[in-house]
Amino acid sequence: MSLFLKLLFRNRLAGFGAVVLGVIVLLALLTPILPLHPPNETNTANRYLRPLSDGHLLGTDHLGRDLLSRLLWGTRLSLAVGFAAALIAGLAGAAIGVIAGYFGGRTDNVTMRGIDMLMAFPYILLALAIVAVLGPGLLNALIAVAVVNIPFFARNIRGVTVGIAHREFIDAARLAGMGHTRILLTEVVPNIVPVVVIAMSTTIGWMILETAGLSFLGLGSQPPQADLGSMLGEARSALITAPHTSIVPGVMILLIVMSVNLLGDGIRDALDPRLRSGALARPMAATRVERREVPAAQGEGFLRIDALETQFQVGRRIYKAVNKVSLDLQPGECLGLIGESGSGKSVTALSVMGLVASPPGVITGGAVRLEGKDLIGAPYELLRSLRGRKVAYIFQDPLSTLHPLYRIGDQLIEAIRVHEPVSHGEAHKRAVKLLEDVRIPNAAARVRAYPHELSGGMRQRVGIAMALANDPDIIIADEPTTALDVTVQAQILALLDELRQRRGLAILFITHDFGVVGQLCDRVAVMYGGRIVETGPTQDVLEGPAHPYTKRLIACVPELGGGRRILAAIPGLPPAVDQLPEGCAFAPRCDKAQDACRRGEIELKGETRKVRCLYPEVAP
Amino acid sequence: MGGYILKRLLSAIPVLLGITVIVFLIMAMIPGDPATAILGSYATPENVARLNRFLGLDEPLWRQYFIWLGNMLQGDFGRSFALNRPVLDEILDRFSATLILAGTAFVLCALLGVIAGTISAARQYGFADKAITFVVILGISVPSFFLGMMMILIFAVQLRWFPVSGMYSIWGGGDLPDLIRHLTMPAIALSVVATGVVARLSRGAMLEVLRQDFIRTARAKGVHERRVIWGHALRAAMVSIIPVLGIQAGFVLSGAVYIEMVFQWPGVGRMLVDAILKRDILLVQGGVVFIAACYVGFNIVVDVAQAWLDPRIKT
Ligand code: SF4
Repeated sequence: MSLFLKLLFRNRLAGFGAVVLGVIVLLALLTPILPLHPPNETNTANRYLRPLSDGHLLGTDHLGRDLLSRLLWGTRLSLAVGFAAALIAGLAGAAIGVIAGYFGGRTDNVTMRGIDMLMAFPYILLALAIVAVLGPGLLNALIAVAVVNIPFFARNIRGVTVGIAHREFIDAARLAGMGHTRILLTEVVPNIVPVVVIAMSTTIGWMILETAGLSFLGLGSQPPQADLGSMLGEARSALITAPHTSIVPGVMILLIVMSVNLLGDGIRDALDPRLRSGALARPMAATRVERREVPAAQGEGFLRIDALETQFQVGRRIYKAVNKVSLDLQPGECLGLIGESGSGKSVTALSVMGLVASPPGVITGGAVRLEGKDLIGAPYELLRSLRGRKVAYIFQDPLSTLHPLYRIGDQLIEAIRVHEPVSHGEAHKRAVKLLEDVRIPNAAARVRAYPHELSGGMRQRVGIAMALANDPDIIIADEPTTALDVTVQAQILALLDELRQRRGLAILFITHDFGVVGQLCDRVAVMYGGRIVETGPTQDVLEGPAHPYTKRLIACVPELGGGRRILAAIPGLPPAVDQLPEGCAFAPRCDKAQDACRRGEIELKGETRKVRCLYPEVAP
Repeated sequence: MGGYILKRLLSAIPVLLGITVIVFLIMAMIPGDPATAILGSYATPENVARLNRFLGLDEPLWRQYFIWLGNMLQGDFGRSFALNRPVLDEILDRFSATLILAGTAFVLCALLGVIAGTISAARQYGFADKAITFVVILGISVPSFFLGMMMILIFAVQLRWFPVSGMYSIWGGGDLPDLIRHLTMPAIALSVVATGVVARLSRGAMLEVLRQDFIRTARAKGVHERRVIWGHALRAAMVSIIPVLGIQAGFVLSGAVYIEMVFQWPGVGRMLVDAILKRDILLVQGGVVFIAACYVGFNIVVDVAQAWLDPRIKT
């Protein structure tokens, strides 16, 4: 609760709304005991007095009635009516929603059909129709506004109730012989109260506005009684000669509705877990860079990653996803980067072209050099011109990584045309050719397909074709076969291998599967807890893993590929990268761990083969 | 696509029937009988009975409904007793004015709302986002009728940029520029709330989409950020924005009532309010059914647009 209030007031606008609304409600409550003129006391000698005149702080209206007094009494009335309408709509809507959602079946069907019908009306129109029947009057306007809002509540609450009605404790209660009424009252209702309250707090502003509107039209409160809407309606004829009589009630409505809306938004935001965790932040065009120093290049390499550090900063917590990782890739070479999920392998790969979602991602150190030129912190335009042209990506799940609403041909054509000023027709020809290159049958027709019309394997071929569109030098493949079944997986791997041979591509291949690495990669680097723990030529590592973690990974490869069982096969969980232990990150899961392993920094040692372990399985 | 449109048209029939039932039932709940309302309280019982028979009010309720429905299908919405002319004629005369007003307001709210929401999302937490968010809050909280009055005060009375009210000038008016001068203020006043709602939802939809994997793919291809936002992301976000636009269309169509009152705009909204105050039931009944039917029709257009935009919807 205190967290809730803190979040609410951290949102300054919501706090402002709460204060304004508080003052208005307080004034409305105190109105009867404040020293005011009677609101209906007419005095034709004092018509249309301006604000700040003697004895009438806000002036008077067309009958010489004190505006301040009428304003406060009107506010009282408007607030009461708005609140009552929200309460009635909320309760009636919730009752309908609960009954429909709980009993389901035909009850649900019939009720919801009726609700849909009501929602087919533009709702101010429905309110007018109801007032037409009941006749003008404040109470009738209240009823009309409440009724037209019932469908909204009924629908919301029904949805929530359906979710609750199928939980175990409801079934248990039913089996225990509890009656429907008791189950509804003890199990269902308590769970939906918060939802009703939130829905009410976000709609009460509307209700005040709508009743004011009906009164403004002359269909709500009738003279001499006046709410804010009818004050505005009466003042309309004198808009030009005495504008203050309109401005005073109008501004009051605006203040009330605005403060209610601000507060309602604040409440909703404070209760939204996604906002709390910052999960609704939008990723920027390139990853944010906060780098103090640029490390010297530690050697040659077509693509060199030196001491790369990428973090996720969520609130005050820092997750070191990539911790001083160095890698190099030669032209035409395939390097496998392997590790469990959460080891930082994907983040490493995405950091190369600044594609780590930011916020929360930040590159805090290191360098990524392409042909000797550092890309970290490079101007966006340079980065963009390299993306897809020099370094292209293939992602894991092509269903979510291809745009669902564009034809695959158009996506390919776009990929070509962002880097090369060729005509649409030319690009189209090349798109078809690309699809043929990745062995998509009937390519000329398939360019018109949408991603959802293709099978998973075909989609991934499209993903590969898109990566090849500009004949890049490097392809970074981020688990490109994980979402596919085993036979398709083998085909895709064979395709990648063939393309590599034919086009002289360098590939950085990210996977959690040693079987895949064995088929494709020249060298392999093993990541654990954001660091490289072992690297070397694939064959050597496979035959004699030096790091205990590598050994385990290899041990649980099934015959070929398809090894999602790996994760379960290693006892213990991968470390959370916001609280890495001192010393070796693998120590809690390692059966060779000694005291020395838990102290100090352990270095990555060796020449062509390197390992970060005090007691390696074989000497590197 | 053609098949989908036909299917959608057919599915509108039960909705339209439902609307007539609801309107009929609401109107049947009116206390007292219309004959007395028409003839006044001094009418003799014989006269009331004769008029009731003439109006078909001595029949059972369900027969009354079918007679009413049958007549409407033939274009006979009854006669307005206050205006002494056929209801449909009156509605059709007025409806074009409302359509011009609401249509303009709708186009404004759709364009400005989507643009503002997209900018807001693209610059999340930046200055533009904060400024837009603030204006939006203000926009959705201001009563349109009050806004209209203030606009009259400032732009018509003080600055004299626009005429105070009406649809055409009495002398020498009637052409398009004249209409536009009269239309500007009411259309803006009517669109403000809807623009706010659309902007807000567009922002949310865009933020949702911008985190999706296919946006990262677009960036990885080297697509320019401007095109990522206004092309890839907005296109995908439109799928959830369009239904909101449908709801807002209903909102501007019925919210036109207030604006027509403030600006003396000769539309159906004002006609309805007058009819309610005069208890001219047939006119209210006809007007409500007519507007609701238009709204149903518009929603079909929205659904078709949605299906055209999203190939995943089975057509
Ligand atoms: S350093 Fe120690 S704990 Fe870590 S892997 Fe090697 S033996 Fe195991």
